[in-house]
Amino acid sequence: MTENFFSLNGNEVDFQPGETILEAARRHGVVIPTLCHLEGTTPTGACRICVVEVEGAATLMAACATPVSAGMRIKTESARVVQTRRTLLELLLASGNHTCAAGPTGAGSWTEAQMRARELDGDALCPAWGDCKLQELAFQYQAKPDRFVPAPDAPPPELANPMIERDFSRCIRCGRCLQACNEVQVNRAIGFGYHGTQSKIVTAGDRPLADSNCVFCGQCVQACPTGALVDKKSRDRWRSWEVEKIRTTCPYCGVGCQQWLHVRDGRIVRVTAVEDAQPNQGRLCVKGRYGYDFIYSEERLKTPLIREGDRFREASWDEALDLVAGKCKQIIAESGPNALAGVSCARSINEDSYNMQKLFRAVFKTNNIDHCART
Amino acid sequence: MTNSFSEFSRAKMFMLIGTNMTEAHPVAATFVKNALLKGAQLIVVDPRRHRLAEMADLHLPIRVGSDIAFLNGLMHVLIAEGWYDQKFVDSCTVDFDKLAATVMRYSPDYAAEICGVPAEKIRDTARRISSVKPMMLCYTLGITEHTCGTHNVMSVANLQMLLGNVGMECGGVNPLRGQNNVQGACDMGALPNVFPGYQKVGDMALRAKFERAWGVENLPAATGLMIPQMMEGLVDGKVRGFYIFGENLANTEPDIRKVEHELASAEFLVVQDIFPNETTRFAHVVLPAAAWSENDGTFTNSERRVNRVRSASVAPGEARPNWWIFRELARRFGQNWASDSAREIWDNELSVLAPQFGGIKYHRLEGDGLQWPCPLEDHPGTCFLHQDGQFTCGLGVFTPCEWTPPAEVPDQEYPLVLSTGRRLAHYHTRTQTGRCEGLNDILGEETADISPADAQALNIDQGETIRVRSRRGAVTLKARVTTEVPKGMVWMAFHFREACANWLTNPAFDNITMTAEYKACAVAVEKIHANR
Ligand code: SF4
Ligand code: SF4
Ligand code: SF4
Ligand code: FES
Repeated sequence: MTENFFSLNGNEVDFQPGETILEAARRHGVVIPTLCHLEGTTPTGACRICVVEVEGAATLMAACATPVSAGMRIKTESARVVQTRRTLLELLLASGNHTCAAGPTGAGSWTEAQMRARELDGDALCPAWGDCKLQELAFQYQAKPDRFVPAPDAPPPELANPMIERDFSRCIRCGRCLQACNEVQVNRAIGFGYHGTQSKIVTAGDRPLADSNCVFCGQCVQACPTGALVDKKSRDRWRSWEVEKIRTTCPYCGVGCQQWLHVRDGRIVRVTAVEDAQPNQGRLCVKGRYGYDFIYSEERLKTPLIREGDRFREASWDEALDLVAGKCKQIIAESGPNALAGVSCARSINEDSYNMQKLFRAVFKTNNIDHCART
Repeated sequence: MTNSFSEFSRAKMFMLIGTNMTEAHPVAATFVKNALLKGAQLIVVDPRRHRLAEMADLHLPIRVGSDIAFLNGLMHVLIAEGWYDQKFVDSCTVDFDKLAATVMRYSPDYAAEICGVPAEKIRDTARRISSVKPMMLCYTLGITEHTCGTHNVMSVANLQMLLGNVGMECGGVNPLRGQNNVQGACDMGALPNVFPGYQKVGDMALRAKFERAWGVENLPAATGLMIPQMMEGLVDGKVRGFYIFGENLANTEPDIRKVEHELASAEFLVVQDIFPNETTRFAHVVLPAAAWSENDGTFTNSERRVNRVRSASVAPGEARPNWWIFRELARRFGQNWASDSAREIWDNELSVLAPQFGGIKYHRLEGDGLQWPCPLEDHPGTCFLHQDGQFTCGLGVFTPCEWTPPAEVPDQEYPLVLSTGRRLAHYHTRTQTGRCEGLNDILGEETADISPADAQALNIDQGETIRVRSRRGAVTLKARVTTEVPKGMVWMAFHFREACANWLTNPAFDNITMTAEYKACAVAVEKIHANR
């Protein structure tokens, strides 16, 4: 056996020095489930869902945190691994309000089980239903949890900010939100607080997000694998199976972040960042993530308007455009084309600016065209 | 930007000058912070102690508008000590002697007198930036929004050339563009002197090329007017018809009273927008436009990346794509433009006419888009410019600049400097963000940010309602006392109409680019006794 090879489920495959078991396995198309691991951040080994069996090692190893070494013999779905994952999942399910998995999971297909659970959940359907990593793995590993009994002193959900709902009863303390906040966005707004069963994700001084360093970038929501963190604006409007995802570019600043628009019945109901995309690499800021609904404002201009004295009256496109064209022709005839001037928009699409400068140059015959280029 | 965002997190050193990235370009700031976690050094040159300044290895709070003196001081030390990149200067640049002659007069002591940063710190900074290579330099409107904006830009370019930090990864001169598609609007030729792709209107051969493509004769050769000149033309009648597309000039231009007088003077004003706003009040015709996500098209970001914008919902009522409106107007002049979608405009016209976009076609934009220059369809696009010291005009030219003070400086009557900018939760005049659920809850009103020292001297409490006055107007708003702001400065944004900073700002312009001096004017802050 040469240097950079190891055995993965019985196959000899290569690895790159420094690569973790998880990374190498992914590269070779072998899926290892993860919960706490957040791409691009330091592995914490918190959840242990990614454990694999390494021949000769006494304990199972966390694939996300263990580098491959030459000659390792790894099994990613051995009976021991599966049993351990199932137990871990059952503990996680029992640790919080994960009602979606509480139904009988014994027989039938995964989808049937999901449908049954959905019926059982009824009104209290978790907002992350159908988009929850924990739920997905629970069904995959047929985890049968004990029914969850909320602790009498459990912290109530935090709803008192405009963007993010924090439901501590659904938190599995995986720490992904911390990684997102502290290592990805580096806003350093949240951390682990308290001990033991009281342990909880907290801001400095355990104050509400609105009174903390939080800037509402929503990166923690995007990272959360469960329903513990939810985009408030999307709650009850968004279900993963009811939306179409359309990729686009943020309309605000010059970074040009790539967004997924989650569209339901012709309406954007949620925005998330495109993972692994340039330039934003899965990140958005408060405007890009939550600043989308202005387009649905009732105050939108919906019809051409023509001034009459102090007021405007509604007009048809033909009437309005004929008026503009007629007036421009008159001004050009009387005072020459340079008596017209135009300002284009630095927020609108390229093709709009192209056509506007073409209108001024090719039709009006003036170069009096500018935009707020420098502000 | 000469370089790309993807290089940020790998950079070894940053100098950020006149840019508050965490609020104005939040995601770009995250990459800077990622680099810091990996040990990169950060030098922030900014009067305000904003969030990145807090995290910096070195924060240099220069006085507002003293950038050139500071930069010349740095270059003085670099040259005097022989700490610059002689090899790069010799082989890739010209006019080093001219630069040396000018900056020789900016000894650290002299520069310190102007910029307020001690001479020793200037020397220390020069030493630091010459000991790490490359250094990435980023700036935003703190550099450009001055009467000396063009000279500021030239000075940062001088510094990076002197250090040999151009034409390489993780270096370069990187202006972060304020609005999402400022880069694109420039690229498309929405400028008075160039066709799409920066092709000069004064060049006969280029005019002939566009005449052929557009099927017209006699394209105008003379450079047109810039916005402030247009606005003045409205008053003296030189401009009779004014067409404003998507800019709320009544709030965004300096000195609102003057601007509104100008708009009110327009004989015929067309405003094309998505909302009624302060500017539509002056219009004779208002045309309703489709908004972002209601039509297909492209944006070009600060790093020259052309990316797709896609439709997700239908425009309300009769609102129509902007390109369609312009096309309909052309038709009324007897010109029938063939392109009938954004894609056709780009693929069949723009990319054919502008060489640096020649290789960019919609079918290539499905993933992460493409960065121009991208001349051919098999070209991968360009992450960083001037590779191996190749400048568009051959060699990099040093253009030394003298420091000049802002047009209006504090005096006895108006003892403080007002500087303006953006805040995180809102965008410009809030025509959009003000209509998004929740964003007004995060930031619901404008404040005047002042230093604890000034607050104490004027006996102003946190949150107290005060008046800020300039020679042009006055606004009443709450004081936000914060250590972010140095003594002698008031800082405001222009997101809220009543307390908009532009009631106060000075319509003094850089005489080359006509950019207004939003970053400096003189104001007085007053207690309002009656209200207490
Ligand atoms: S919204 Fe952003 S800043 Fe606030 S806690 Fe989440 S990641 Fe941190
Ligand atoms: S809030 Fe979500 S991401 Fe954070 S620890 Fe809890 S489950 Fe994990
Ligand atoms: S998400 Fe934020 S940082 Fe990204 S382009 Fe939009 S406004 Fe800029
Ligand atoms: S994913 Fe590896 S320990 Fe959680």
